[in-house]
Amino acid sequence: MGSATPVDDETTLIGQLRAGDESAYEQVVRTYGGRLLAVTRRIVGSDEDARDIVQDAFLNAFKSLDRFEGNSKLSTWLHRIAVNAALMKLRTRKRKPEQSIETLLPAFLDDGHHEERFQSWDEPVDKAMERAETREMVRAKIDELPDSYRTVLVLRDIEGLDTEETAKMLGLSVNATKIRLHRARQVLRTLLAPHMGSPAAPGKDVS
Amino acid sequence: MKCRELAEFLMDYVSGELPEENRSHFEFHLSRCRNCREYLVQYEGCVKAGRMACGDMSDEMPADVPEDLVKAVLAARKIEPTS
Repeated sequence: MGSATPVDDETTLIGQLRAGDESAYEQVVRTYGGRLLAVTRRIVGSDEDARDIVQDAFLNAFKSLDRFEGNSKLSTWLHRIAVNAALMKLRTRKRKPEQSIETLLPAFLDDGHHEERFQSWDEPVDKAMERAETREMVRAKIDELPDSYRTVLVLRDIEGLDTEETAKMLGLSVNATKIRLHRARQVLRTLLAPHMGSPAAPGKDVS
Repeated sequence: MKCRELAEFLMDYVSGELPEENRSHFEFHLSRCRNCREYLVQYEGCVKAGRMACGDMSDEMPADVPEDLVKAVLAARKIEPTS
């Protein structure tokens, strides 16, 4: 039986972990491993690195169980350890200089108007996202974002951390975090737009 | 307010953090600019799309944690016991 099962009683589980109960460790890995793999893969962009990070994150968490005070949920605590490890991996990895995003941000005319006339997307996002291929395309476009923009978008918009916590994890000021998130969303919009609309749709009122 | 400023204020507007004075200018511009209304819809759509493509309920989430990962964690833990 390999599927993740929800943990109803975290206090009991933590007690079992502290008592060295092997089945409790296995339950934790099976329950939370999938989510940790997904978020770390999104940050580092590699299945292999994500697997190593998640393995180390579990081991580090298990070693420091006595420091888990129960102020947050076990899942949140594990999540934070894994995300920090993924961010550390990104920092230490030898990176090529990031590609400039300037051409993917909205451009303006001298009079302050947008240069581009935005075409309506074909259908509401909720509807488009019902299709597996659209969800896959969105993930691929998020993966295309330069590291520094992808990480802030993942932490804020996908993982749902607040600005302060995101800023702390990334070692940025709150203001820099907000600016970076805004740009990441704008770039993602530019990358998604060609796949969400139909600029050549006949008879469409674009005035 | 021009489209350029509206684009700068977009995130604060969406999160409800735009101060009242700026918000009224923002909404006045929005009421008269179809292009900015469309941009706002798409900006919000991107946030939603990211969440729906990668969030907790997404199809990307493995239903089962790879067996080799489970085994590797449990084996490594035995080498380095926690307590």
